Amino acid sequence: MGTVWFCLIALMLTVYVALDGFDLGAGIAHLFVAQNETERRVVLRTIGPVWDGNEVWLIAAGGTLYFAFPPLYAASFSGFYLPLMMVLWLLILRGISLEFRRHVTASLWTSFWSGVLFVASLLLAVFYGAALGNVVRGVPLNAQGQFFEALWTNFRPAGEKGILDWYTILAGVAALVALTLHGSLWVALKTENELHERARKFAAKLWWAVAVATVSITWASFELQPHLHASYVARPWGYIFPAIAVAGLVGVIVFLKQERRAFRASCAYVAGMLGSVAFGLYPDVLPASTNPALSLTAHNAKAPDYGLKIGLIWWIIGIILATIYSVTVYRRFAGKVSVSPEEEGY
Amino acid sequence: MQSALVVDRLQFAFTVMFHYIFPQVTMGLALLIVILKTIALRTGDEHYNRAARFWAKIFGISFAAGVVTGIPMEFQFGTNWSEFSKLAGGVIGQTLAMEGMFSFFLESSFLGLFLFGEKRLGRVGHWFSAVMVFAGAWLSGYFIVATDAWMQHPVAYSLGASGAFGLKSFWGLLGNRWTLWQYPHTMIGAVQTGCFVMAAIGAFYILSQRHADYGRTFVRVGVIVGVIAAILQLYPTGDGQGAMIARYQPVTLAAMEGLFHTERGAPLAILGQPDVANQRLDNPLTIPRALSFLTYRAWTAKVKGLDQFPRDAWPDQIELVYFSYHIMVGLGTMFIAIFVMAAFLLWRGTLYRHRWMLWIIMLALPFPFIANTAGWITAETGRQPWLIYGMLRTSAGPSPLVSTGSAWFTLLGFMGLYTVLGILYLFLVYREIERGPEDGALTSSAVAS
Repeated sequence: MGTVWFCLIALMLTVYVALDGFDLGAGIAHLFVAQNETERRVVLRTIGPVWDGNEVWLIAAGGTLYFAFPPLYAASFSGFYLPLMMVLWLLILRGISLEFRRHVTASLWTSFWSGVLFVASLLLAVFYGAALGNVVRGVPLNAQGQFFEALWTNFRPAGEKGILDWYTILAGVAALVALTLHGSLWVALKTENELHERARKFAAKLWWAVAVATVSITWASFELQPHLHASYVARPWGYIFPAIAVAGLVGVIVFLKQERRAFRASCAYVAGMLGSVAFGLYPDVLPASTNPALSLTAHNAKAPDYGLKIGLIWWIIGIILATIYSVTVYRRFAGKVSVSPEEEGY
Repeated sequence: MQSALVVDRLQFAFTVMFHYIFPQVTMGLALLIVILKTIALRTGDEHYNRAARFWAKIFGISFAAGVVTGIPMEFQFGTNWSEFSKLAGGVIGQTLAMEGMFSFFLESSFLGLFLFGEKRLGRVGHWFSAVMVFAGAWLSGYFIVATDAWMQHPVAYSLGASGAFGLKSFWGLLGNRWTLWQYPHTMIGAVQTGCFVMAAIGAFYILSQRHADYGRTFVRVGVIVGVIAAILQLYPTGDGQGAMIARYQPVTLAAMEGLFHTERGAPLAILGQPDVANQRLDNPLTIPRALSFLTYRAWTAKVKGLDQFPRDAWPDQIELVYFSYHIMVGLGTMFIAIFVMAAFLLWRGTLYRHRWMLWIIMLALPFPFIANTAGWITAETGRQPWLIYGMLRTSAGPSPLVSTGSAWFTLLGFMGLYTVLGILYLFLVYREIERGPEDGALTSSAVAS
């Protein structure tokens, strides 16, 4: 049961990052690829109808994590207290900047909210990367299965650890460039003409940064967390995940001119990277840096079986419904976005 | 860690009270929008479609504010209450996860369709999306109330060796008898907020002689639904909720009523200030024997006072429990009076000419928010000193390693951020009211979200 829910939650989080990732990326990229207010509105309209549905994947994944692994939820949320609270504030700022920006057309108002959106999206991407970096590196769990990390200590992933050290910052930067690329490809997919061209060129530049970041973060992760290497040696079929990531990354540059394929390749890259991490960590869900025996795993941190079995029934029903709704919404808003004079908003 | 406990509690109370401003608007308006859309569908009158579009904009702004302030609630279970989460997650994780899976996906998807898809969906399709938004909002309410109800009245669980709660019966959890009263009582409270918001803005339009035809529609719908809701709020839902408290949390009932000493034929306190140190009610205005009758349907029944319970079982804020309860009941009574009077005038066909009545309806706008909040304060401070009633004390729930300083830092951060958010919300809603429903042509309905 623990393994099943480990996979399901990893899946939900992957869907979340693939979907909300492009919202964040578009929020970052909209200042670079759009050159005037009309174009900025077009960019924001590409994510306007979908962003809150995408964010629901985070809420649903959080709820599912709480239900399936209460000790993990308790340990990680309290241990990452400060960064998580900041993530909440950033999510609030991101949400209100998207929702409130378009109610007034005065340029001071829109510039202000564009700035807020950019900063919030950028920091969210960095925080998500750093959070994942912390999970991979391990945290100082005590015997009660709790820990607390300061925001930073000496920026080294050894000794008394902080949320931010060079490794987790690297992970944050990798997430930032990867999601900005993802978002730029989304914007290219959803727009036309000069805006489309600029988004594509921006993505082409970013690709190199993503490639460099991917190589460095992979190297650093294997250096720091021996558990990853052991997992791949023990179960070589898991190489499928890094293979998907690499294929996706290559696909992005190969298909750069075929926007639909390029965006799909980017989704594959995101999924492959997260899948690689999940596979490499399993069965750990939160490795202890202090003593491996204190690590929280999919087996020792799960809720009792009765609830998990019942949960499987409603989860499957729920995920089918959620998929149907999501597909319906994306279908409804399929196609290129343009701004016609009578259409206000975004 | 004692002071961290205080800050953790303050932070949860502050963030949840601020958050609940918005869901009570959206859950209430969701029903009223369905009513407007249904009238539009049945009569084919475009007036009601425009009215619905206007409220959809207010709904959209409130929904966005509700979503962004709602996520911190779920997160705080883990961040500030990790001991509680570790122990109780096996049970209440079920309802919280189901809320995400069954209501949020539903609500957010159909809201997008409702706000942006009127042209393409057609009349019936658009009506259907309004119904689904309503279903999502009310389902979400059910899961949240079921979660709270389990903390008020834990059922359907098993206790593991580590002291952690596990789920024993799925339907037992969802069918908790506490939920069955608390849910309708909560939802009808939200409906009253929705009705007051709609009727108050309608009254504002009539009194200021702008969009008066829409104003009359808003007042009429708000008053008719409101009078039904105001009565249901008192009976049977309020009465049923009270009976649950009398039966399972008698010490809470004693605190709510300010009853320090056990009495036969206990009086009902209308006014007065509890003096906990001297165990009496100062300046009391009471109705003799009424409390006994209301609680047990017998004028001479014995009602347990606080003296029947050990001090460490008393809610730690008896004064707050007492006042919030009295404010809730006092306002609820006032709402019945307002709505019954307005409904009577509406029936006589003279409501729109009675300007004093319209003034009352307009000025009543803040009070349903206060009443709903006071109700929740009664429930949650009344539950103290327990986090899970009778099972886990609140002092055993917080995250052991989160320092008081960290908790203060985030509490202050929320206060600052929510102040900004509150100002923005009022500003944007004010703009929509200024713009009015006439502006709600189909093309610009895409403005709202």
